[in-house]
Amino acid sequence: MSEALLKVSGLRKAYGAIQAVDGVSFEVMPGEIFGVIGPNGSGKTTMFNSVLGQITPDGGTIELNGRDITNLSPLQLNRRGVGRTFQTLQVFGKMSVRDNLLVAAQEHRGSMFGRMFAPGDSGLGDAADRLIEQFRIGHVAHKKAGELSYGQQKLVDIAMAFMSEPELVLLDEPCAGVNPSLVGGISSLLKALNRAEASQRKRSSFIVIEHNMDFVMDLCHRILVMVEGKVMAIGTPAEIRANRQVLEAYLGN
Amino acid sequence: MNNKKLLAGLVSLALLLVVPAFLKNYGVYLFTYWAIFVIANMGLNLTVGYAGQKSLGHAAFLGIGAYSVAILMKAGFSFWLGLPVAALGCFVIGLGLGFPALRVQSIYLGFATLGFNTLVWLVMRNEAWLTGGTFGINGIGRPTVFGLDLGRNLPYYYFVLAFALVLAFLLWRLLRSPWGKAFTALRDNPIRAESLGIDIQAYTLLSFAIGAAYAGVAGGLLASLVQFIEPVPFTVGASIMMYLMVVVGGPGYFLGPLLGSAIGVLLPEWLRFAQGWYLFVFGIAVVLLMLWLPDGLLSIPDRIKARRLARDAAAARSAATAKAGA
Repeated sequence: MSEALLKVSGLRKAYGAIQAVDGVSFEVMPGEIFGVIGPNGSGKTTMFNSVLGQITPDGGTIELNGRDITNLSPLQLNRRGVGRTFQTLQVFGKMSVRDNLLVAAQEHRGSMFGRMFAPGDSGLGDAADRLIEQFRIGHVAHKKAGELSYGQQKLVDIAMAFMSEPELVLLDEPCAGVNPSLVGGISSLLKALNRAEASQRKRSSFIVIEHNMDFVMDLCHRILVMVEGKVMAIGTPAEIRANRQVLEAYLGN
Repeated sequence: MNNKKLLAGLVSLALLLVVPAFLKNYGVYLFTYWAIFVIANMGLNLTVGYAGQKSLGHAAFLGIGAYSVAILMKAGFSFWLGLPVAALGCFVIGLGLGFPALRVQSIYLGFATLGFNTLVWLVMRNEAWLTGGTFGINGIGRPTVFGLDLGRNLPYYYFVLAFALVLAFLLWRLLRSPWGKAFTALRDNPIRAESLGIDIQAYTLLSFAIGAAYAGVAGGLLASLVQFIEPVPFTVGASIMMYLMVVVGGPGYFLGPLLGSAIGVLLPEWLRFAQGWYLFVFGIAVVLLMLWLPDGLLSIPDRIKARRLARDAAAARSAATAKAGA
């Protein structure tokens, strides 16, 4: 049994009288794609934001590789190898696609003072070009990110999270608003990024929040079902599909 | 394209070198005044245009720079000590002014910087033992460079122009380094920037500090140009005018401050024939500009390009539809 990459224990967060996250515990193994599903308002995003340091949890601990990372800022988490995407598009609209990717990893190179004198691409040009090719956005690489279509921006948005080769990436609804024909493309991209040898990169583990059931069932190794702030079930896609309680509470058909 | 840009740059530089030599004393003085505001507004463009921080206190740094050089020179120190002190002092105070920006943004940050400007102005006006109060400080000398006397306006103009060129080059280098991207990322989306490991607090503070240092140098050069300083040019009104110059030129465009400062410094002179109507004309021009070109004059080429792209895309669409219909 290998050590968990991420270990969340007894996480709690309340907004006034509403217990948004109520004692959530789970582990993500190295190399795993871990899905999180649940109805709207079940506390998925609050749980996500607690892990990512965007909000301070009321209780519980979060460990990365056995080290406590509870209450670290998003900046510190990024420096420790935790990447993320957001529910809504978050590209830098006035920068070119390539610059978006370069800026996504430059702070991992050298010291702040040293970067003042570093070349504009921080020596990350090849890494950026590889991701651009992998994401098939070469034809728009020099356009401003804000001028692209929604689907293209979504691809840039996801690619940015992988530029610094993070160990763990949290993806908040990577398929939200995306054309159905692109959903399969995103799925195979994430699978490729998860397989280290295929992409010549460090292997990444993911936590994915997504409402598209086919996408989640196809992509994830294990799935956590959250309902009313609590963990209802954790298991493989097959186990979750067969879980009567989950079927009644969420899948509902 | 790049050759064209290089050529345009060389022609502009040649004009800046040659034209003032044929101007009368007052014309040379105005060109120098313009170059000084270019330096100060390059700094403000970094803070406002590139890093996206609302700063309405920039004239305070111009003032701190001017008074530092004036006071030190009156105390018998060299201009060459005064100017680094002005730059460094403004850098440190600018770092301090950056701290409110870590807590508040947009118009609230604007008000905080405006308050700071008022405080600095009060010190200039009321601490007469140091600043000469409302009477100011006069008889400020001009520096000498390698034994060369800069007492006359034309040599001093070339001296200021050299400063402007060196500082422009340094800023250009900075903006092309990873720092430039970090500033832009901070402006466009601070939350995403932080999630990508960009230390938004450090870059916010540095954008204020570096911008302030540029104003400090400009202030020092201004004191020695006018040879007399008083609190009036460093009021909140002056800060707003400098902000306007950056916005009119084009915030986040490298050459924006050149154009903006020309409009802010030289236009009032050219509009002298309008006399009392000057402010009226100027005010209306600003209103119209903000309505049509909120990103400043230098956004015009980008706008034309965007319009052409949209037209091409529309043409391509209708061609595709026609083909499908046929």
